[in-house]
Amino acid sequence: MKKPGEFYQRDREWHPPAYDKDYKTSVARSPKNALISLQNSMSEITGPVFGHNDIDAIDNDLLSNYAQDGQSPIGERIILHGRVLDENARPLPNTLVEIWQANAGGRYRHKKDTYLAPIDPNFGGCGRTLTDENGYYYFRTVKPGAYPWRNWVNNWRPAHIHMSVFGTAFAQRLITQVYFEGDPLIHKCPIVNTIPDPDAIERLIAPLDLNATIPLDTIAYKFDVVLRGRRSTLFENRLEGN
Amino acid sequence: MPQSLDYLKETPSQTAGPYVHIGLAPGAAGFDIYREELGWDIAGPNAKGDRIRVEGIVIDGTGSPVKDVLIEAWQANSEGVYAHPEHPGDVEDGFRGWGRVITNFETGEWGFDTVKPGAVPGRSGTLMAPHINLWVVARGINVGLNTRLYFSDEEAANSNDPVINLIEWENRRKTLIAQRTERDGQIVYRFDIRLQGEDETVFFDI
Ligand SMILES: [Fe+3]
Repeated sequence: MKKPGEFYQRDREWHPPAYDKDYKTSVARSPKNALISLQNSMSEITGPVFGHNDIDAIDNDLLSNYAQDGQSPIGERIILHGRVLDENARPLPNTLVEIWQANAGGRYRHKKDTYLAPIDPNFGGCGRTLTDENGYYYFRTVKPGAYPWRNWVNNWRPAHIHMSVFGTAFAQRLITQVYFEGDPLIHKCPIVNTIPDPDAIERLIAPLDLNATIPLDTIAYKFDVVLRGRRSTLFENRLEGN
Repeated sequence: MPQSLDYLKETPSQTAGPYVHIGLAPGAAGFDIYREELGWDIAGPNAKGDRIRVEGIVIDGTGSPVKDVLIEAWQANSEGVYAHPEHPGDVEDGFRGWGRVITNFETGEWGFDTVKPGAVPGRSGTLMAPHINLWVVARGINVGLNTRLYFSDEEAANSNDPVINLIEWENRRKTLIAQRTERDGQIVYRFDIRLQGEDETVFFDI
């Protein structure tokens, strides 16, 4: 049986470096030694498998998954949708996608968040779903608000949704953030700007997707996620051959 | 212009931020939303092998505990089989081999219960010493950090491990070895992770 091979190496010049003086928390949390590069073994090409038993259908609907009966959270109703693909542009089905975010006022439901914007009693702020057979996922939620954070005295995070994605292998594990087209705060944010390549930053900005809106109901943004791709050579041959 | 290769670029990583718990461990953020959170039971009730506990703390470059970390663990079962379709062999019913652990917000201590994994196949017919793969994310970590936890009571296997032996600086290898102790009859391995500075943990580009 033909099995896919190793994963393409991660482009470390495309991802943010560990250390960025303008993102102050990274200064003491960034390893100083070089990473040791590993060729893939069974430990890297495998990863956890999730199924529909793990989650509930309502989990991807942040408009209702924490709301009291007959109520809904305050804010701009949005659909966030897209596909999870690999670098070979192949869709990744049955992959777990998890999101978390602030409410429309920029406040997180977290015991460590003390921002003065109010908690929304009808909004939890997290969701999860599995991609379908075409790698497609969607969430309903509200557009998160910008919020201030301590870095420089006057830093504001652009509106963003945190996203965690698995793929099929531990080597593909990724956490990122989704930003929204047209937000003037994006390019002023030191966390966004940890990413050195302007083209890479653009990859994190979800465009308005009028075709996917529900008229008179919910506006939509599209966000495709790309995880690491794999060689198509026989894995066993590759392992034994070098 | 030559032809285009048409590969897509991997989505760039961003920090998990201080509120990662909301998404991945909402109970710790302070609310109950899902029927069941994922990753709290790594081995399941039917797993064979030695039941163990792993504990540690993550320390930053100033020597302070990092109190907002989330760690994911990925391991084989006691026979060295990963619960994944590409790994030949079977695992016990309910064994997933994957878990999530968060630090205590006050102390930075973390810990999880599992079974000790067996040796797993490495490259070119080698065998890798028993180990647990760890992925560390937190505020201030821009790309999740991969490391491996090996066991202090596997000296012979560790000394032949192809990954440990890739580390050119022998004095850094010990940063990957969890130290075995016993407490109230339970096997406990201590594994502190140092993000930066003296005895900085070895991290891998996998
Ligand atoms: Fe955030």
